[in-house]
Amino acid sequence: MSAAPTAPAKEPTTFAFSQDYLRRAEQIIAKYPPGRQASAVLPLLDLAQRQCGNWLPRAAMDYVAGILGMAPIRVYEVATFYSMFNLQPVGKWFLQICGTTPCWLRGSDDVIRTCESKLGIKMGETTADGKFTLKEVECLGACVNAPVVQVNDDFYEDLDAASMARLIDALAADQPPPKGSMTGRQNAAPVGGPQTLDGRAPGGDD
Amino acid sequence: MLRDQDRIFTNLYGIHDWKLAGARKRGDWDGTKELILKGRDWIVTQVKDSGLRGRGGAGFPTGMKWSFMPKTFDGRPSYLVINADESEPGTCKDRDILRWDPHKLVEGALLAGVGMGCHAGYIYIRGEFYNEASHIQQAIDEAYAAGLLGKNACGAGWDFDLYLHRGAGAYICGEETALLESLEGKKGQPRLKPPFPAAVGLYGCPTTVNNVETIAVVPTILRRGAPWFASIGRPKNSGTKLFCISGHVERPCNVEESMSIPLKELIERHAGGVRGGWDNLLGIIPGGSSVPVLPRSICDTVLMDFDALREVRSGLGTAAVIVMDKSTDIVKAISRLSKFYMHESCGQCTPCREGTGWMWRVMERMVKGQADLEEIDVLEEVTRQVEGHTICALGDAAAWPIQGLIRHFRPELEKRIAAYKASRPRQAAE
Amino acid sequence: MPKLTINGQAVEVPPGATVLQACESAGVEVPRFCYHERLSIAGNCRMCLVEQEKAPKPIASCAMPAADGMVIHTDSPMARKARKGVMEFLLINHPLDCPICDQGGECDLQDQAMAYGFDRGRYDENKRAVPDKDFGPLVKTSMNRCIHCTRCIRFITEVAGIEELGATFRGEHMEVTTYVEKALSSELSGNIIDLCPVGALTSKPYAFSARPWELRKVESVDVLDAVGAAIRVDVRGGEVLRVLPRLNEAVNEEWLADKSRFACDGLRRQRLDRPYVRRDGKLQPATWPEALAAVAARLDGVQADRIAALAGDLACVESMVALKDLFAAIGSGNIDCRQDGAALDPRTRASYVFNTTIAGIEQADACLLIGTNPRWEAPVLNARLRKRFLAGGFRVALIGQQTDLTYRYDYLGAGPQTLADLASGKLAFGDLLRLAKRPMLILGQGALARPDGAAILALAREVAEKFNMVREDWNGFNVLHTAAARVGGMDAGFVPGHGGRGTAEILQGAQNGTVEFVYLLGADEIDPDLLGKAFVVYQGHHGDEGAHRADVVLPGAAYTEKNATYVNTEGRPQQARLAVFPPGEAREDWKIIRALSEAMGKRLPYDNLAQLRRRMESVNPIFAAPGQVAPVSWGAFGTSGPVQAAPFATLVSNYYMTDPISRASETMAKCTATFIARTGDAKAGAAE
Repeated sequence: MSAAPTAPAKEPTTFAFSQDYLRRAEQIIAKYPPGRQASAVLPLLDLAQRQCGNWLPRAAMDYVAGILGMAPIRVYEVATFYSMFNLQPVGKWFLQICGTTPCWLRGSDDVIRTCESKLGIKMGETTADGKFTLKEVECLGACVNAPVVQVNDDFYEDLDAASMARLIDALAADQPPPKGSMTGRQNAAPVGGPQTLDGRAPGGDD
Repeated sequence: MLRDQDRIFTNLYGIHDWKLAGARKRGDWDGTKELILKGRDWIVTQVKDSGLRGRGGAGFPTGMKWSFMPKTFDGRPSYLVINADESEPGTCKDRDILRWDPHKLVEGALLAGVGMGCHAGYIYIRGEFYNEASHIQQAIDEAYAAGLLGKNACGAGWDFDLYLHRGAGAYICGEETALLESLEGKKGQPRLKPPFPAAVGLYGCPTTVNNVETIAVVPTILRRGAPWFASIGRPKNSGTKLFCISGHVERPCNVEESMSIPLKELIERHAGGVRGGWDNLLGIIPGGSSVPVLPRSICDTVLMDFDALREVRSGLGTAAVIVMDKSTDIVKAISRLSKFYMHESCGQCTPCREGTGWMWRVMERMVKGQADLEEIDVLEEVTRQVEGHTICALGDAAAWPIQGLIRHFRPELEKRIAAYKASRPRQAAE
Repeated sequence: MPKLTINGQAVEVPPGATVLQACESAGVEVPRFCYHERLSIAGNCRMCLVEQEKAPKPIASCAMPAADGMVIHTDSPMARKARKGVMEFLLINHPLDCPICDQGGECDLQDQAMAYGFDRGRYDENKRAVPDKDFGPLVKTSMNRCIHCTRCIRFITEVAGIEELGATFRGEHMEVTTYVEKALSSELSGNIIDLCPVGALTSKPYAFSARPWELRKVESVDVLDAVGAAIRVDVRGGEVLRVLPRLNEAVNEEWLADKSRFACDGLRRQRLDRPYVRRDGKLQPATWPEALAAVAARLDGVQADRIAALAGDLACVESMVALKDLFAAIGSGNIDCRQDGAALDPRTRASYVFNTTIAGIEQADACLLIGTNPRWEAPVLNARLRKRFLAGGFRVALIGQQTDLTYRYDYLGAGPQTLADLASGKLAFGDLLRLAKRPMLILGQGALARPDGAAILALAREVAEKFNMVREDWNGFNVLHTAAARVGGMDAGFVPGHGGRGTAEILQGAQNGTVEFVYLLGADEIDPDLLGKAFVVYQGHHGDEGAHRADVVLPGAAYTEKNATYVNTEGRPQQARLAVFPPGEAREDWKIIRALSEAMGKRLPYDNLAQLRRRMESVNPIFAAPGQVAPVSWGAFGTSGPVQAAPFATLVSNYYMTDPISRASETMAKCTATFIARTGDAKAGAAE
């Protein structure tokens, strides 16, 4: 696999929410006081991005601006400010690899190298088949399970070069493994099982 | 060591059922109505007496913060906003509350709402926490269905609505006024203070922004009593605390411990010790990326609380302990944090927008030693030009790690510069 | 009243003042980039940091409320270090392109770097590169220079009232942009050039024309609308290179509309620089004596009532008084300054001026717009309406053409019938007006320049009186003019004398042959076909409609080429000043008329401007007090009668081209192409 040429994205000229998303948008807007519907801009842009296959064309920004009664420029400001909005299309599997210090200390460089060599693309690029996009991101907030990679909505944790390679293979086969630790560890408990809260504590299930 | 029965977050590792039924088994939502009926003043007094200090990093006394909220209604509603925008490198404690103990947060939100006269609360969760958001939303839905939230919440005569709001990727939204801007549908750019949120916050209304952990410990404090919480840890540093131990330890983990636990004990008892033994320790960032790194000599004895870490010119921050053993390229480790702050600067004010990039670029050269010796002082000066000159604390947070590095590891920087010059004698002579 | 100490000096400031304002009141200068007194406070540049005793770190003085007992130091080591540091940060990514930057010499960054900066750079990394933006034909961008103070964004959003400019991305990638490449669709966009403290936003038409120190600066007033904005005309050699606003709190604050700022290239094109006389059907160059003799010869023996004069939109009071005197000497009362036929009533001054005054808008609490589009007819005045709107408690309603005025309004209806309904109490907005403490109405020329104009004027008067708009302490009756000459013409009495013909009758007479001679004093808005077979003298400065139709052309002076009086829509006499001499053989207008009077043997009794001005004062004492708005008394005006059904239309169909100067301007032609002719066609703007 090689990198896709960096051709400008084909911008759709129109966008509208599906019936289902429109209903969800209405539910979201209802969370905020009357006249404060601009508060819904992040969740609505997120919905729009989901409907567009994980990226946010300008038509979608304009549409959201229209729904919320905002000036389009205010929506552009928001869409470009927050890192989760993809202003260009991304692959089916969007791999966001945390490279911040806690992950770096635990070997995120190996994870990055594995991704790049296995997919034949660099950070920020998409494979020619549109299946994978790689991006180095900042702290994902799962530091005791470092290194961490976010694949679309899910975190994969406790990675190393070998497990990263396995993860890519599984994704290539469209068979993502269960999210969470790739070593079978119990969430944020220490390896080997909890040293505290081992079930004898009050409120345990047993 | 903190006893299990003194631990608040009894499902920290997600072993048990996190939903309402399981939460109730662990004591959540037990007698909430009675707590509400004891009234606003009682709640605030209990929180004050418990000595609880904000768990988001700044450590401001929570009860006092709550008491700033207006007591009389001037036509504007009061809001509780819960900061679940956990993004400080090293920190992943709120995540486990959100996904495994969400009902503690929901119940805490209600009680805090009563304590501050709020009828509505928003939980602002970082966008990347998609699955965590799903748990907290389910917990909110369960609470509504059970009559614990909404009109006449818990049957105690107080109306309280709680909403979840997902962010979209911006560390700066963890700063409370940036969070409010973001919640209002704008870019997350911090506001000028004054006015403070208690006077002019969300939608121009009185608002208190609290960290997830701060709110989630409140129900247990109210149930077990302020004296119990205050008895744990040192005076003014009381209570239990979630610690995140990452980096070069044998078994990285989250753990709830008492405040003021010695750093060394925390690491050895819960995280299996430093990789290769304590003697292999190079340095520790004790409170998330924003606080200065400590060399081993200080780590030997320092206690993990606000005041002890302040005394050694670092901070408890979010209590995220980032451990680095002797294999660590400490300059690279700090430089990577500089890159983080550059990436996360909102761009609004000059020193941060321009300074974070400058600092990172010099740090990258420092990693290779590609600099002059005098540049260490220039770099230090640049950090001082950023620190204290910005609208929000991100400027400080970007400056402090570098200041800590220079303070404790200056010889390492000098060594690299010398080595680089030696490897390129001709350029060195220029 | 908080009392505080600034650099050891005690000051007392009004409540709500900021520390920066307190410093200013103590005479202590605090440098700043983002702060601007007419914009919201951003606090982002950090240049204004000062030391506050007992505060752990320096405070942003622009944003910090002054509090009792504060002790402030603006020149302490802490404050100096803060400023120096900020200055260094601002410069690290700022290009060292001052030699090719149009801001050079009038650049805040240059000045403050001199005053507060390091003497050398310590930044060894590469500087940031930022793509330039296309803001349209007026504002040139050089975004590498941007220091992100956001003044332009705040101005465009807050004052201009269009949400088209923002800052995208974040951190060091933050960019001021429209995001979608489009021209800023504001008639006030040029002001961001003045507001930009660096060379990021400069004037596109003026690019690389001159350095500020080469320019001679002449203070004057604008005449391209009837607001009368204070301007500074910057001149090099015999050329007007640019026009900038001057501060006049009563009129334009410190803003200037784009046409008034950018149409000045029209002063160099299509100029009449010599007299012409039509011979053998063609205009042929002539000498002054030939041209004046031709006029005098044509007039000789013609009955006075067959002679008429019309004054145009840019005519100065001096020339109108002189021409009026000449016509009086001839014995003709056929003169009119209302070339559009507007039913302005000369009997009562209050009926044709903007009585509330522009600054007075800020005291009003309700406003009714009738047949006007103030955004196009008077952009700066419209900004004042928006300012009042933003302050809250100001309801606006419109009868006329619906358009985006940059503030919310209730649309009541399209034409006179709605006004009649309001007058008879049929509309709910009437209740609102009745409850208002200081209601006002603005009557546009679109409501008056129509056959039923006099009836509409009477109706508007009825509305004003019915809703208590005219009282001892408040006059909310306002006429908004579009022509700088109009109020001056009315005040000078350039209207039909006893038994004289007005515009409509003059044109009728020209067509049916009862008017043989028409003198057009810069009157260019008249359809040439309506002048019939009359002998036409055109006196003016541009080869526009009037000159083309003329039999004799007498080349006059534009507003930058003479010392001349104009009265703005408020009734405020103001003086334009000679900045450059008229081109070629063109002359100041009153002198032309004076010379003509001599050629006709009816010599006017003034030989210099001072004498003429004394004559003006005797015509109307208001001319004796330039800059002042004289009090007016309410009186009879308008003619009650039936109104027509036709909706009100604005007389301005293209904001950028309304007069001979702007029609000659290439810049205004580009604006027309971008904003008017091909609205909605994104390529039009980009192709420029």
